[in-house]
Amino acid sequence: MSNQNLVTLAQNIRENIVNCIGSLGVGHIGGCLSIADLLAVLYGKHMNYDPTNPQMEGRDRLVCSKGHAGPAIYAVLAEVGYFPKEVLETLNQGGTTLPSHCDMNKTPGVDMTAGSLGQGFSCSVGVALGSKIRKDNATIYAIIGDGESQEGQIWEAAMYASQAKLDNLIAFTDYNKMQLDNYISAINELHPLDKKWEAFGWKVWVVDGNDVDALDKAITEAKAHKGQPKMIIMDTIKGKGVSYVENALVGSHSMSITPELRAQGIKEIRGE
Amino acid sequence: MEINEKTLMKEVLVDHMRNVLSSDPDVVMLDADLAKCAGTNGLYKEFPDRCFDIGIAEANMASMAAGLSSYGFKPYISSFAPFATRRCADQIMISICYAQQNVKIIGTDPGITAELNGGTHMALEDIGMLRSIPNILIYEPTDTMEFHKALPQIHAYPYPCYIRMHRKCPALLTKESDEVNILKARMMREGTDCTIVASGVMVETALLASEELQKEGISVEVVCCHTVKPIDADTIVASAKKTGAVVTAENHNVMGALRSAVCEVLSENHPVPVESVGVKEKFGEVGKVPYLRKAMNMEVCDVVFSVKKAIARK
Repeated sequence: MSNQNLVTLAQNIRENIVNCIGSLGVGHIGGCLSIADLLAVLYGKHMNYDPTNPQMEGRDRLVCSKGHAGPAIYAVLAEVGYFPKEVLETLNQGGTTLPSHCDMNKTPGVDMTAGSLGQGFSCSVGVALGSKIRKDNATIYAIIGDGESQEGQIWEAAMYASQAKLDNLIAFTDYNKMQLDNYISAINELHPLDKKWEAFGWKVWVVDGNDVDALDKAITEAKAHKGQPKMIIMDTIKGKGVSYVENALVGSHSMSITPELRAQGIKEIRGE
Repeated sequence: MEINEKTLMKEVLVDHMRNVLSSDPDVVMLDADLAKCAGTNGLYKEFPDRCFDIGIAEANMASMAAGLSSYGFKPYISSFAPFATRRCADQIMISICYAQQNVKIIGTDPGITAELNGGTHMALEDIGMLRSIPNILIYEPTDTMEFHKALPQIHAYPYPCYIRMHRKCPALLTKESDEVNILKARMMREGTDCTIVASGVMVETALLASEELQKEGISVEVVCCHTVKPIDADTIVASAKKTGAVVTAENHNVMGALRSAVCEVLSENHPVPVESVGVKEKFGEVGKVPYLRKAMNMEVCDVVFSVKKAIARK
């Protein structure tokens, strides 16, 4: 897929996110919109997967450890054909296949359950170790939140991934600088995040996480780099692409989306 | 393997692990810097590609095991009982059980068998914490022979299992000819006046108490409830119907584990007087097992006293 098409895919993912959360009227929209470009680059260009065979052996896997970004994952899975887009409107309805936090037993295409922060990342280390034992040459991707990086388990997992030289693991930090209660810096600062990951034995890139070209380049380099796990720190804007979510700042972690806001968001994303 | 009075529980565990690692390429073993204590460190040279000592990070170990399970592996994780459960309770709940990953959790040195490691290492609440998680099986072996017979069944069990095991050498109460079914409580001794439902190191205590009571003309039935979840309600209710009084005996806080499970079963099916032996509103402390039994009121005399009290309440 060309990078211009990745931009279009990212737009479609954002539309799906706004429709998905908008249909319910409330949700974790800020941290979903911030990773839309990454999901476009992964599913549009880099990942090996088959929507008609979600359990395909040897497939690349994505663990969204910041499990509250479930709607973003559903947005891309619907876009690439795992299920019809109409299913997005069932988010969090009783009996839905799309719960607010990612659930591998409910949603086709979701590779790991997550929601209790920090755990999904350890799971991704186990998955990457499993792929190494199988020698199936899969690449394992993991997305962690910046606030999530305050969990000690993230650093337990980081240390062991380095120890085990899991160079089939490429992780991303959605570094939008905000968490639920406030700015990261006002609560429990992560800076210098790149130095921390380097100190834990990871190869690190810092990129504009809302730029598909920058993401594509970093992922391409990360895939080629051998001998250690890789972290791509994505400088992102929480709520990217929808002005009222961006402007909500630390209020965007979970917010109400009225029908009017839903319509406005779709217009903005389409550039209308 | 050949089992005798000197066989250690950890030797039975290692024999099982060697068997399943040899026969099944999907089995993996994770330790958190206590492999030497569990004896599993000996497996690392034999199976270097599938045994991983991931360091002192139990939360990471539990979630990593879930990740391996999602890849089609059958992980075993091992540590001391408090660290294999309490330390990573949410990881067991979410990464393993909620995500439906079939991980086997080995917790060694439960309760007073932690001995000289003392209160910080003395898991007296581990079963209580795990028992309300759907589908998990909780098994506490009685002795080496029973453990030897139970482990292949646990391996084949399709849900997560917590194996709460004494590492050393409890009294050998099980004969090679005895049938062991992890889902069925074991009738260790038949009687008519009172039932003792016991688990772990308290099974021997219950049998010794029943011999004492026999001398006084009191006939006691002893049921070994090695699996507290799912509990064998049929056997417990049938025995309570027969004797009309029950005493529970466990190496755990009396809240949340065997006593609670037995009371739940009886209150809903056949209420009878129930007395309990176990740790009551105390933390652990250092000491050898005989001292700790005395300190926690878990001696033979405590079981004898409780049986008489239960019978008096009929």
